[in-house]
Amino acid sequence: MNNKVKLEQVNIHFGRTHAVRDISMTFPENSVTAIIGPSGCGKSTLLRSMNRMHDLVASARVTGKILVDDGDIYEKGVDPVAIRRRVGMVFQKPNPFPAMSIYDNVIAGYKLNGRLPREEADEIVESCLKRVALWDEVKDRLKSSAMMLSGGQQQRLCIARTIAVKPEVILMDEPASALDPISTLKIEELIEELKERYTIIIVTHNMQQAARVSDYTAFLYMGDLVECGETKKIFTTPEEKRTEDYITGRFG
Amino acid sequence: MMQSVTCRKIKNHLMSGVMLACTLAVLIPLGLIFFHILKMGVSSLSLDFFTHVPAPTGEPGGGMANGMFGSALMIAGASLIGLPIGILGAIYLSEFGGSKVSTVIRFAADVLSGTPSIITGMVAYTLLVVPMKGFSGLAGSVALAMIMIPIVLRTTEEQLKMVPGSLREASLALGVPFWRTSLKVTLRSALSGVLTGILLAVARIAGETAPLLFTALGNQFWSKNVLQPMAALPLQIFSFAIAPYEDWHRLAWAGALVLVTVMFALSLTARYFGRMKQAG
Repeated sequence: MNNKVKLEQVNIHFGRTHAVRDISMTFPENSVTAIIGPSGCGKSTLLRSMNRMHDLVASARVTGKILVDDGDIYEKGVDPVAIRRRVGMVFQKPNPFPAMSIYDNVIAGYKLNGRLPREEADEIVESCLKRVALWDEVKDRLKSSAMMLSGGQQQRLCIARTIAVKPEVILMDEPASALDPISTLKIEELIEELKERYTIIIVTHNMQQAARVSDYTAFLYMGDLVECGETKKIFTTPEEKRTEDYITGRFG
Repeated sequence: MMQSVTCRKIKNHLMSGVMLACTLAVLIPLGLIFFHILKMGVSSLSLDFFTHVPAPTGEPGGGMANGMFGSALMIAGASLIGLPIGILGAIYLSEFGGSKVSTVIRFAADVLSGTPSIITGMVAYTLLVVPMKGFSGLAGSVALAMIMIPIVLRTTEEQLKMVPGSLREASLALGVPFWRTSLKVTLRSALSGVLTGILLAVARIAGETAPLLFTALGNQFWSKNVLQPMAALPLQIFSFAIAPYEDWHRLAWAGALVLVTVMFALSLTARYFGRMKQAG
């Protein structure tokens, strides 16, 4: 299988803190890779480096190579804005734009960047909301505020907004941790469907979730990559003692 | 120790009473001002007040139409200068700043807003009136803008800082450039708070008299040319109130009533926008 994203000796520092240590790994195309590990292990930090969200933090320093389709996104002259259009992101807490309607939230990526013809907008809104299984729930109130939706609906709206701009990779930072079990289930089903078109990298502290949704799993501990491989193998016959201890709940 | 409990309760009531009295004491001057202006102003208010310029000395009647017009024009001019500088500056401080420069700018803005407004008038006099060889509405606008900028800058900055980082991230992650995010997401989300700040700044400069003394100067006649001396409501109130004619005093009271009413309305509108924000 083709490797969509490749990390080569990635190190991330915040000031003097060495948050991610020398990580090299690959993320196969059209698959779901879960990054698991205890709080503070650097999993979100690593995820956010893959669409250059750390550019906003003055003290953050990323070294090594992060390749998307064999192009280093940290190379000089690469525009982080262009990278973020290819590598979308869904956040832990649903964060629809509160001043926008449901409709406008879906096409926010276009509207904030300029104009979008009405017909095209209608089409994008309908198809994206259908793909996140939200269309039937909101089709009669597209013009009402996105804040009227429940947490789970808001998160699916945020996913719709992300796929509306046609990314190649979707980063998900604990996308279901703020949601109830039923909403979580819906998000997980959605992830399963989305991988047909996108490469998905998901950070989660819920190991059952990682086992359910992912094809590959990487275990991070204290900024180090302890082990990565096929999810089935990581959860049944891990090579490292630390992985086994974490998965069986002996620490973390 | 039952006794000390009773003692504590008495102290509690006593202190509550003192605090209530202090609160009322705050309201008394406000009430007195409002009541007195209302009493003196309403009887002097007439349609003429809003449609006529002041009558020549010694003649009865006349109004302050030119003063209201001049005030509105100069406030508009001050907003035209002050709002872009204040708002864009606030975006810089809140979104791009964080360095030593921002600390210095913030401090300077605080000092500027604490500067007595008569000094601001003198600065505008030196900068504009002297080189242009004449008092003008333009100089008045600049002086008012100098008062407006630090207020707008600081309130807008505070409002922008309250916008959750998750919204900025949401926008950036969609591939929206940072500057567009600042304008269309961050500023947009803070809009009601920013509007409140703007209205309070307008209310503040609407009543300023001192900075206009050396700049707009005032005018007994219609003055629509911003390069000429211009009438302003607070200035007219001042000059009419110190004039020796009973008729003019009454006009000054009417002017005071109009000014206070406008400021009251602005504050109420500002509160309305503030509420809107809380409602989401």
